Amino acid sequence: MLKIENLHASINGKEILKGISLTVKDGEIHAVMGLNGAGKSTLSNVIVGHPAYEVTQGSITFNGKDLLSLKPEERAHEGIFLSFQQPVEIPGVSMVNFMRAALNAKRKYQGLEPIPAGDFLKLMREKRSIVELDSKLASRSVNEGFSGGEKKRNEIFQMAMLEPKLTILDETDSGLDVDALRIVAEGFNKLRRPDSSAIVITHYQRLLDYLKPDVVHVLIDGRIVKTGGPELAIEIEKRGFDWIKEEIGL
Amino acid sequence: MSAEKQYIEFFGEVRDTIAIRSCDEMNAQRETALQTFSAKGFPSSKVERYRYAKVDADFSPNYGIALTTLTEQLPPYCFRIENAEPRVRALYNKVADNADSIVALNTMLCVDTLVVHVPKGIRVEHPIQISNILKGEQDTMVSRRILIVMDEMAEADIIVTDRAASQSRFLTNQVIEVLMGDGSHLSLYEVEETHLLCTRFNSVFVQQGKNSSLHHTNLTLFNGHTRNRLDVRLQGEGSEVTANGCVIADKMQRVDNNTLIDHQAPSCQSNELYKYVLDDSAVGAFAGKVLVREGAQKTSSKETNANLCATSSARMFTQPMLEIYADDVQCSHGSTVGQMDEAALFYMRQRGIDEREARLLLKAAFITEVIETIPLESLRDRLHVLVDKRLRGELSKCEGCKLCQ
Ligand SMILES: Nc1ncnc2c1ncn2[C@@H]1O[C@H](COP(=O)(O)OP(=O)(O)OP(=O)(O)O)[C@@H](O)[C@H]1O
Ligand SMILES: [Mg+2]
Repeated sequence: MLKIENLHASINGKEILKGISLTVKDGEIHAVMGLNGAGKSTLSNVIVGHPAYEVTQGSITFNGKDLLSLKPEERAHEGIFLSFQQPVEIPGVSMVNFMRAALNAKRKYQGLEPIPAGDFLKLMREKRSIVELDSKLASRSVNEGFSGGEKKRNEIFQMAMLEPKLTILDETDSGLDVDALRIVAEGFNKLRRPDSSAIVITHYQRLLDYLKPDVVHVLIDGRIVKTGGPELAIEIEKRGFDWIKEEIGL
Repeated sequence: MSAEKQYIEFFGEVRDTIAIRSCDEMNAQRETALQTFSAKGFPSSKVERYRYAKVDADFSPNYGIALTTLTEQLPPYCFRIENAEPRVRALYNKVADNADSIVALNTMLCVDTLVVHVPKGIRVEHPIQISNILKGEQDTMVSRRILIVMDEMAEADIIVTDRAASQSRFLTNQVIEVLMGDGSHLSLYEVEETHLLCTRFNSVFVQQGKNSSLHHTNLTLFNGHTRNRLDVRLQGEGSEVTANGCVIADKMQRVDNNTLIDHQAPSCQSNELYKYVLDDSAVGAFAGKVLVREGAQKTSSKETNANLCATSSARMFTQPMLEIYADDVQCSHGSTVGQMDEAALFYMRQRGIDEREARLLLKAAFITEVIETIPLESLRDRLHVLVDKRLRGELSKCEGCKLCQ
């Protein structure tokens, strides 16, 4: 599904990603862990095409397409979804209008007619219930005045609406209380299709208990320094990152 | 004195024709107006309230000057001035600023006045809509006058729309005078949706009695050059005014809003919110003064001007002013000029909304705050649609209007 090779990226002339290679196959869940500032959000931003980052070397292919040549909205249409670490508030743009615009843009890309109003509202209701998003929130402006946890829940709601092939969760667990984490994680599992994949960025094992990653990567200083199975995450939860740093001689 | 000349000479030629078509109340004011206009000429940008306007250039082109009268068939509460009550007719030109030469030019050339008179205690159920439609093959200058008289405790919604049904050059010089009796309520909406060749000077003067309340919203959705002046005198204790406006301008459009809220009596409230969305090489100006006079204690006033410049070539001049001569008051004023929120744009694009659409949604969102303050629901809904169409570049014709087909 996703193939990243020797990816180097910088922001404001400062190199953050220093040669990342990563392959995610259909249906796989990859966890990415690492210290603050290691470059995890940078990696997700580069995958979705944030204009502030400059890719200086390497390639990303997504289902055979050269991702780096696509605009952010085209990458979204191809089926990539990022649940942002810090979702932005957009005062004055209602959730309904926002979601309708997003969904219809995707349908247009697929050569489909805009979704009929009745079907759209039904779909909103249906998906909202999966992540138990309050109907009051869905009638407000995008993320405006939402609590930290509500914003994260809203991200997963949007994912549910757009049904991506590859989802990147950037610390979706942070800010969620224990119950909300369970609801969001179970919602995510319910929404998964056998061939959809995910990259899950997290600092904690709790989310991974629900999502059951196939592969766990450790990102330090812009490089993937260690890759293992689910047990690696459990070990990191217990012992931190120092032992890994020692292992690689940092 | 070059641009002035054609108007003065023209008046000399047609003064008798105008006098015959018009009425005594209006005719009585013409010679004084001519003197003011001749003496002062068009205001230069050195005149404080015309700092951002280009009056001379706007009045220079050679326009045919229209001397039209209103039709006799008018809706309830609306009259040609000659058919209004004498008491109401006598109020003509009593609130307008006669020292202003643009107003004087209007007083000199305007042939007829539309009077809206709502008698004491009457609540007008349906909004009164005044549609101004510019149509004609020749470049034309139009002088238009409206007098709104709200007697004690009267209530009404009035919508004044400006449209152009042909692609000629038009210059409109409009004066609206509003007298509000004690306890009266008026919502006055102005919507301009003309085209790039239209220039509009619009001067609105309001005088408010005790406990009266005015909601004024001025929307410039499409235009060429526009200059709106609004003067509100809060003369009666406990009166309130909401004066809002929004502007959408792109290409080479120019919009200047110049307001004065004059707190003359105690315990009055004013609220002002003007928002501009400027794109391409559009130029916007907002100058709003809130004046709190001595003795206007317990005044509460808020003035905000917020602007969004979508390009670096769009320019905004903003000048909120506060002048206070009383001590027990609560006043705030401020302005902001911002760019498109890049983080929000990217967020939308990540969800698949293309850049153009995302920009459009953000612009509409910026304007929404002004439209949401409009008490009249049907108008609010209509305006949301109009704003959306405007931003999409689908200039709307008056739907269902024969003149615009
Ligand atoms: N605009 C910028 N200019 C310069 N440096 C930046 C900029 N944005 C991010 N960085 C730096 O890039 C590095 C990587 O940041 P990134 O957000 O990718 O880390 P992260 O691994 O997601 O961390 P966290 O776990 O705290 O979310 C950090 O050192 C950060 O300070
Ligand atoms: Mg991060």
